[in-house]
Amino acid sequence: MASVDPEIAKTQEERKRMEQQLASLNSVTFDTDLYGGSEKDSYLTSIPANEDDENLDAMDNEVARKLASYTAPKSLLKDMPSAPESDADVGFRKPQRIIDREDDYRRRRLNQIISPERHDPFSAGEKTPDPSVRTYADVMREEALKREKEETLKAISKKKKEEEEAAKTAPPQQQQKRRNRWDQSQDDGGAAAAPVKKAKTSDWDMPDTTPGRWDATPTPGRVSDATPGRRNRWDETPTPGRVADSDATPAGGVTPGATPAGMTWDATPKLAGMATPTPKRQRSRWDETPATMGSATPLPGATPAAAYTPGVTPVGGVELATPTPGALQGSITPEQYNLLRWERDIEERNRPLTDEELDAMFPQEGYKILEPPASYVPIRTPARKLLATPTPLGTPLYQIPEENRGQQFDVPKEVPGGLPFMKPEDYQYFGALLNEENEEELSPDEQKERKIMKLLLKVKNGTPPQRKTALRQLTDKAREFGAGPLFNRILPLLMQPTLEDQERHLLVKVIDRVLYKLDELVRPFVHKILVVIEPLLIDEDYYARVEGREIISNLSKAAGLATMIAAMRPDIDNIDEYVRNTTARAFSVVASALGIPALLPFLKAVCQSKKSWQARHTGIKIVQQIAILIGCAVLPHLRSLVEIIEHGLNDENQKVRTITALSLAALAEAAAPYGIESFDSVLKPLWKGIRQHRGKVLAAFLKAIGFIIPLMEALYASYYTKEVMLILIREFQSPDEEMKKIVLKVVKQCVSTEGVEAEYIRNDILPEFFRNFWVRRMALDRRNYKQLVETTVEIANKVGVADIVGRIVEDLKDESEPYRRMVMETIEKVVTNLGASDIDARLEELLIDGILYAFQEQTSDDANVMLNGFGAVVNSLGQRVKPYLPQICGTIKWRLNNKSAKVRQQAADLISRIAVVMKQCHEEQLMGHLGVVLYEYLGEEYPEVLGSILGALKSIVNVIGMTKMTPPIKDLLPRLTPILKNRHEKVQENCIDLVGRIADRGAEFVPAREWMRICFELLEMLKAHKKGIRRATVNTFGYIAKAIGPQDVLATLLNNLKVQERQNRVCTTVAIAIVAETCSPFTVLPALMNEYRVPELNVQNGVLKSLSFLFEYIGEMGKDYIYAVTPLLEDALMDRDLVHRQTAASAVKHMALGVAGLGCEDALVHLLNYVWPNIFETSPHVINAVMEAIEGMRVALGAAVVLNYCLQGLFHPARKVREVYWKIYNSLYIGAQDALVASYPALEDEQSNVYSRPELMMFI
Amino acid sequence: MQASDRFNINSQLEHLQAKYVGTGHADLNRFEWAVNIQRDSYASYIGHYPLLAYFGIAENESIGRERYSFMQKMLLPCGLPPEREED
Repeated sequence: MASVDPEIAKTQEERKRMEQQLASLNSVTFDTDLYGGSEKDSYLTSIPANEDDENLDAMDNEVARKLASYTAPKSLLKDMPSAPESDADVGFRKPQRIIDREDDYRRRRLNQIISPERHDPFSAGEKTPDPSVRTYADVMREEALKREKEETLKAISKKKKEEEEAAKTAPPQQQQKRRNRWDQSQDDGGAAAAPVKKAKTSDWDMPDTTPGRWDATPTPGRVSDATPGRRNRWDETPTPGRVADSDATPAGGVTPGATPAGMTWDATPKLAGMATPTPKRQRSRWDETPATMGSATPLPGATPAAAYTPGVTPVGGVELATPTPGALQGSITPEQYNLLRWERDIEERNRPLTDEELDAMFPQEGYKILEPPASYVPIRTPARKLLATPTPLGTPLYQIPEENRGQQFDVPKEVPGGLPFMKPEDYQYFGALLNEENEEELSPDEQKERKIMKLLLKVKNGTPPQRKTALRQLTDKAREFGAGPLFNRILPLLMQPTLEDQERHLLVKVIDRVLYKLDELVRPFVHKILVVIEPLLIDEDYYARVEGREIISNLSKAAGLATMIAAMRPDIDNIDEYVRNTTARAFSVVASALGIPALLPFLKAVCQSKKSWQARHTGIKIVQQIAILIGCAVLPHLRSLVEIIEHGLNDENQKVRTITALSLAALAEAAAPYGIESFDSVLKPLWKGIRQHRGKVLAAFLKAIGFIIPLMEALYASYYTKEVMLILIREFQSPDEEMKKIVLKVVKQCVSTEGVEAEYIRNDILPEFFRNFWVRRMALDRRNYKQLVETTVEIANKVGVADIVGRIVEDLKDESEPYRRMVMETIEKVVTNLGASDIDARLEELLIDGILYAFQEQTSDDANVMLNGFGAVVNSLGQRVKPYLPQICGTIKWRLNNKSAKVRQQAADLISRIAVVMKQCHEEQLMGHLGVVLYEYLGEEYPEVLGSILGALKSIVNVIGMTKMTPPIKDLLPRLTPILKNRHEKVQENCIDLVGRIADRGAEFVPAREWMRICFELLEMLKAHKKGIRRATVNTFGYIAKAIGPQDVLATLLNNLKVQERQNRVCTTVAIAIVAETCSPFTVLPALMNEYRVPELNVQNGVLKSLSFLFEYIGEMGKDYIYAVTPLLEDALMDRDLVHRQTAASAVKHMALGVAGLGCEDALVHLLNYVWPNIFETSPHVINAVMEAIEGMRVALGAAVVLNYCLQGLFHPARKVREVYWKIYNSLYIGAQDALVASYPALEDEQSNVYSRPELMMFI
Repeated sequence: MQASDRFNINSQLEHLQAKYVGTGHADLNRFEWAVNIQRDSYASYIGHYPLLAYFGIAENESIGRERYSFMQKMLLPCGLPPEREED
């Protein structure tokens, strides 16, 4: 019989493996051999040459606890093989670019221009500012101009549109006539030009087909107006001419990109004048480095490419300048964005000079201002300027390009001087570093720039040590470099569109450090910094937001309130909503950094601005953001904040009214449950508002009221709720999603308020509520779903279980599964909160019926809702479930046999949920039956299912006990032993839990031989990734040793110390220590110490390590054994092998800490004498172990003793010696400063200095 | 700095000194160490009320006066620092 067993097991293994392979074909599973399943990762790939790293864990300075149960040291449990995913992200995870995860709104940050620095009135004092610097007045003027421009443009575009519409009615012939002369000449020449040819000519059409539109370009939405809703590949590379072209020339529409040639022409947008023929557009590195940038980068010629490859890609930038980004959203690459931004920047700088500016530049006398000729019309856009002068002398002929030996083709230049690798997009910023100029020949300023660039490059791309030193240097020399050069280098980098998260983090860190050092010198750069930092405030990454806040907070502390306001004021009524939004958020950070009171006067002024509604809107939004940011800290200023914004409720602009209501809601939410008196003044307008308004504004007003009502006293709350409920109920039917969410939220708020009666809710709210919201559609949107469940649960808290469950229980049999799930989740939450005592017999029947139905009908994957719901209902019904149990168990049994693994798993999971209730219902026989069924399914091949089955078995064993368990334990356990080999985490965890439970409670049912077998398996399990598994394994060791005695177990374990694999030895030492701890040290110590005589490094180290763990576990029990092991430790501390001394030192540490105050000082001093000579060791693990041993001695012997050891070397002539001794002194001092006072040496006085301490000589 | 110091508080001596004023280093001279010792001692006397009472009785002073004088002595406990010999 016994000989057959292993054979059966073997064939079963084999079959299982085959089945698993088959299974992997059916479902999506990874090939663990290829992709590294969990088991492979735990193996060591090499055997360590020396044992240094093994002893890392000795550093863990946990106080040894008195052990209630057996457990391995924390350090070991923590220090186990790291999770497999850490391996995965070493080589394969692509670093994430920020732009890739941003939405269009967030990408608008790239449209911002880093503004030139501004005048700092503080440092200038009384002086009138130099006309060349930008003052506050200049900026404000510019903003006003911009707004005016925008408005004018809007008017123009409106007019254009009207014209266009008028033109559309005109016959198409006319449009044909408007075409340019190039086109016409072609038409003349080849009248029957093939459509393909026409497509090619599109570039030539470009300049003139659009004269009318060209001027109007900056209007947002123009392009999309021109091609409404058309998205083909023609739209992909948005060049203004082309889009217009697709409208104007029919050919464009006929063959959209049909010929590759046509694509080429379109893909690299070139201007007629510069059309050097490029054979084919290839994505090369040159495309990524926009070479035109050369002119824009502060160092001209920084990118060598600019000079050598004229007109390949760069010209695209010039052309791209004209369309507004709004029109290009979506289909634009970061590189193009960058081009666009630079272009805008350049345009800004190259705008035509005004007369005033010219006056200021030229001397008054000697010049005469001439009248421009009547025919002169100024050309405004640079692109047009280029177009106006066509190719010199007609058709461009092919020219042989001049050879340029200096050109660097695709090979990046070797970066000189140990600098980190440069990415292609870095060239435009750091290109100058590649010019190998002689540093001495540069001017001091240039040298400084170079230095900054080098450091920044190291921070951005360098290795961690490089980064660290560079960061430190930047910080230390910040003031020396000066704010200007620093920020002019850092900030453009942050605007780089290809930035990655990590890089941004590092650069932001640089700013933070530099800010701290520069302090008030940052003032002229505040706005610049804000432009790049504000986008962080709306980043989706939480940590980015926090970083952004921190920088702005530090910035406002460094620059001061006045400067911050001056810098941000112009942005408050910026035309771009994005700018206003980020500015509002930044202002709220300023408020939290400098205090709300300081900002109040300004806020008040802004919120009352008469000039523009944008300013009022932003001002009120600032208040909202303040409330969100600082939460209940608004309370002291609540009244003033409400007063500042209250007039916004009656504002003429709808957006302002909306934001005001939302701000009030935010304030009320932040202040809850206090501060109702501050809202008195707004109640009336809010009240009137909800009767007057409709749509979005109404939603906002309702939200405000919904948040204010919970602050009220019960009586008022009830009254107001009833009033507002009329409108809420009306809005129940609103089809608007936003409105729905707000209504649900408000209902939740109102219902949960004290003073709102259950009766009222039941009669007035419930019918409408259920009619409008409990519909299938609501289950489809995740946010609606969540909100509805929350609100319903809140209502149930008021009106009780029966009402709510009674209304929705029928829906458990609804045909829509998401809806059933929503019903189930609600029932689960309600029943968990309130219990099931309200549920009467009829409802109970319906409920169980419905739940069974829903459970059986589920098909989707995230089925935990059903499982949890089932568990919750059964558990809360308790004994009342008894009549239904046979039916439930029937279902479970049937489903355990199902073909689908998921179904089997759920069935098993359900058993573990309801086992306790089954026991309550005295259904032991049924449980025994289930136990047998589960036992039969232990051959399950899907690990997830097997894990659940084991879990179910465990819960049954837990409930009915070892003796009554069927199948009997003696049959069950042998079946579990092979499963312990399974490497799946869930299986391991459940199996070891079950085995541990049996070892603890029912060890006597199983023969000792079986337990020994299990011991061997357990050794392997100590290597598991999951901490829970390791802990359970360690505990199980203790139980087993207790059950069958330590001798056999110990013999096996000591043998195991000889194995080569390090991980295995570590586990073994832990196991030995645990066994020793369980069965008293004296049963184990003799054998253990005997083992030390084996002349083998691994074994001796293992013994020492076991001793170390042992003394850590047994704590003060160690006082009985300390004399016994002292000779062994003496020997180990004198051994030539480092690891011996290290491990022995950590044993000494644990020993000393354990026996502190128990009168073992003699032995400890003796050991200290052996430990002390090791203080000059340099290997990190050894020296740490030694230092910790000395720390332990400080605790056990007192600081005075250790100080006396110390004194001999504090002023030793050799510096190396002094350093070590002071290190010991320092840790001594930190540990026991006060205790040292009594034992400092008496120093002799010198001529003028008194060193003695006369107070200590006093005697009464 | 040694490799071994990476893991403990000594890794940042500057930080350590800033946090714990009384800690020392290899270049500490006799005077500086003595000043630390004196200040620690006075702080300890003031911190332990029974000690303060003991000194009060021994010197026939009120405890408050004792505390005050100890605090005053912490200013320059060993007198002015000696001239640093240039090296």
